[in-house]
Amino acid sequence: MRICRKAPCFIGVLALLPLHVAVAVEPGANALNYPGPAWSPYIVGAGIGVLSWLTFYFSDSPIGASSFYAKVSGFIGKRFAKRHTESLAYFKDNPPCMDWEFVFVVATIAGGAIAALTGGEFTSEWLPAMWVARFGDSIALRAVVAFGGGVLMAVGARLAGGCTSGHGISGTLQLNVASWISVVCFFIGGITVAMLLFKL
Amino acid sequence: MIDPGKAVQQSTEKPPPPVAATSKLMLGAIFGLAFGFLLQKGGVGKFNVLIGQLLLQDFTVAKVMLTAIVVGMVGIFVLHHFAKVNLHIKPTRVGANMIGGLLFGAGFALLGYCPGTAAAALGQGSWDALFGMVGLVAGSWLFAELSGWTQRTIEKWGDLGKVLLPDLLHLPRGVFVVGFAVTLTAIIVLLELLTTR
Repeated sequence: MRICRKAPCFIGVLALLPLHVAVAVEPGANALNYPGPAWSPYIVGAGIGVLSWLTFYFSDSPIGASSFYAKVSGFIGKRFAKRHTESLAYFKDNPPCMDWEFVFVVATIAGGAIAALTGGEFTSEWLPAMWVARFGDSIALRAVVAFGGGVLMAVGARLAGGCTSGHGISGTLQLNVASWISVVCFFIGGITVAMLLFKL
Repeated sequence: MIDPGKAVQQSTEKPPPPVAATSKLMLGAIFGLAFGFLLQKGGVGKFNVLIGQLLLQDFTVAKVMLTAIVVGMVGIFVLHHFAKVNLHIKPTRVGANMIGGLLFGAGFALLGYCPGTAAAALGQGSWDALFGMVGLVAGSWLFAELSGWTQRTIEKWGDLGKVLLPDLLHLPRGVFVVGFAVTLTAIIVLLELLTTR
């Protein structure tokens, strides 16, 4: 009985062995072959933690990014279809304006530029090397996938109530239940799709 | 003599923002600069670092996030205890948090940057982040179009209101913060011991 149960397992392992060897011979995507961070993640993490003390204390605002994009879409909407834009439930609750969060994200772009330029990491490239190794050098393909990813991410962030900054850092550090549920789901969704894209 | 009722009320009252509205935008710019600077230095503006986390090969993102959470949490709850800051709690809507979270994660894997790190990536010269940022604007519009419907449906599923983890577990906040800080620090130590990056 015991052997009977083990036999199919053994055969299964034998059958999987050549598959495993094939995978090992042709190395799949490995993120560690590409450049890592300039600074220790602990220094950077502690810095972001302290930064959130400062934004709470001086600006009475948590760090967040995704609402910036909603504001930009609201500005564009008001430019071309003012009445329709103002009739939408989301913009009724969150009228788009040039506020702290808006300036914060614009400055984030500049902050990234300063860090890259001072650290000799300014890339100026349309395609990440790891993407090219997997999907080739078509900018059009990258543009379509990146745009689609952006659309999904914005719908998801608005529905969940925040992104990897608003929920992932500011919400989780306040022990918000919504944020912990959201972040776990960010990673479940992200890991699943990334594995399908890069490991299949 | 100070009316004790009044004194208590004062301490729990919203503290006035220390800086006026116009300079508030200036502060936003300074804090944003610091945020983008830290994100880029932390490598989380890099496509391979972010995708590497989702492939469970590169744990930089988890290390940055967990450290930020521990440091941020301890500071914010101490400041809140002394009535120096307000908490900004978003309502827990289990259905919307889960469905939105899964959609967000799928989009995150497709783009390879999240909304904040896309901004830092653009600054670092990763121009493909622009396609994602245009998508984020389009997706925000799409959500706004759907928002009347989501408010009537998904956002009503599992609405628990503004609730914190210690409330859910019926633990005093201070006790929970200390215990959670120790737990998360242990996870960070384990990550450091078990991962190459």
